[in-house]
Amino acid sequence: MTIEENPNSNGNEHKVATMGVKVGLAQMLKGGVIMDVTTAEEAKIAEEAGAVSVMALERVPADIRAQGGVARMSSIDKIREIQEAVTIPVMAKARIGHFVEAQILDAMGIDYIDESEVLTPADDQNHIDKSSFRAPFVCGCRNLGEALRRIAEGAAMIRTKGEAGTGDIVEAVRHMRELWSGIRTISSMTDEELPSAAKNLQAPLGLVREVKKLQRLPVVNFSAGGVATPADAALMMQLGADGVFVGSGIFKSDDPEKTAAAIVRAVTHYQDPISLVQASEGLGEPMRGISTANFSEDQQLSARGN
Amino acid sequence: MVDPHKTDVRIGVLALQGDFKEHAKMLIDSGVNAVEVRTDTEIESIDGLIIPGGESTTMARLLIAYDLMELLKAKIASGFPVWGTCAGAILLADSAPDLDRPTIGGIPMTIKRNAFGTQVDSFETDLHILDLEGGDYHAIFIRAPLITEVATEVEIMSRLNNGEIVAVVNKNLMATCFHPEITNDKRLHSKFIDVVTKYKIDKSTEV
Repeated sequence: MTIEENPNSNGNEHKVATMGVKVGLAQMLKGGVIMDVTTAEEAKIAEEAGAVSVMALERVPADIRAQGGVARMSSIDKIREIQEAVTIPVMAKARIGHFVEAQILDAMGIDYIDESEVLTPADDQNHIDKSSFRAPFVCGCRNLGEALRRIAEGAAMIRTKGEAGTGDIVEAVRHMRELWSGIRTISSMTDEELPSAAKNLQAPLGLVREVKKLQRLPVVNFSAGGVATPADAALMMQLGADGVFVGSGIFKSDDPEKTAAAIVRAVTHYQDPISLVQASEGLGEPMRGISTANFSEDQQLSARGN
Repeated sequence: MVDPHKTDVRIGVLALQGDFKEHAKMLIDSGVNAVEVRTDTEIESIDGLIIPGGESTTMARLLIAYDLMELLKAKIASGFPVWGTCAGAILLADSAPDLDRPTIGGIPMTIKRNAFGTQVDSFETDLHILDLEGGDYHAIFIRAPLITEVATEVEIMSRLNNGEIVAVVNKNLMATCFHPEITNDKRLHSKFIDVVTKYKIDKSTEV
């Protein structure tokens, strides 16, 4: 019987913006590197190096830190220029709680919206209601409770926050370990212990139950905030990241082309030290970076949006 | 009835990038051995390969950078079974004009990347699939490609209602523009396991 003759085919109606397609794109990005870019040229360098996606930004986090002021969604022109330059998915950041920036990005057909603590928050109480958008959202977290609150608001992908624009991996490690420690704790609990755990995590019980069942987050989880070298990227993968965001680490290094390709290689072969040697050879200086150890509270971008 | 040969079948999932873990889980849940493969020696140890969903630009570059392209071309030419989903389907097409690197090829067809638009145009739908028992297949299309031209020998497995081609089979090669690995429906994985099982039996009997 040919397809055309099949009487039972139920007329393939297309459903868009389902959680299935939102989470699905993040699944396709796994094992990959998402790179911050500020121009079409940088976007092309990223794509050429094997990035799975680019994040369109006005300034990389290191410059946002250095220059201060209010950090907002990128200009429309900049985002368009980057969308036209590459064929891989393009992400862009909206301020925490700024649902109109998100509406604008959604209308531009952006592939993923990052409701990001790297930008200056627009609302210090509420996040965006992400379920009502066509575009999927990625949000930052420092621990399991924060991750589940964002997922409850409609985030289809999570990234541990780290400390953006520092090139210091310590916060990224801390947040990834916190997250997995939370997941392991839930996984070892009995069912009757879950409601109390949900209360302590300030997260919906349904999601806590799902974490126990899956023994991981119900969405893809990348690492962000501090990756500057191939070794950093492989470290985050070995600690349980599904992939890596690299911000300032690429275009603040001596040789962005090589650094970008090397980090891509390190994420694919993260368990193979010989490949990591090859990835790390001949790169020149990584970004200089700043240690987060003596940061005051207002220097910690990761504390924004809990 | 479980085919006794199936238990020996070892299927690799190309793990350069993408949702290879989801494919591996579907294979394991279907009762066969599944391994992630990243190197030539790993590819030489398997009876069939799945190229997962992911970014075709990334995978095409890494196939060249890690010297896997020629090996896969040679294996495909010798009848080695490969199934590509989404990005994997792009890499199995003889022609992908909007990919800026060569494909592995093997299926005489032309494929168009991101044929539906950006992520906001990604969708789910129900498809009729040729010779697949158990009713329509719920298919998830994510920034999906479309097969725009096929040679006459290529068998069309599924079309959208408007006639556009989204799944084909050509000898031991399968290509689907959607992602069976992120559903719970194992019927297409079973179909591919049958292809690999038959290939393995045929190979062991020809001496």
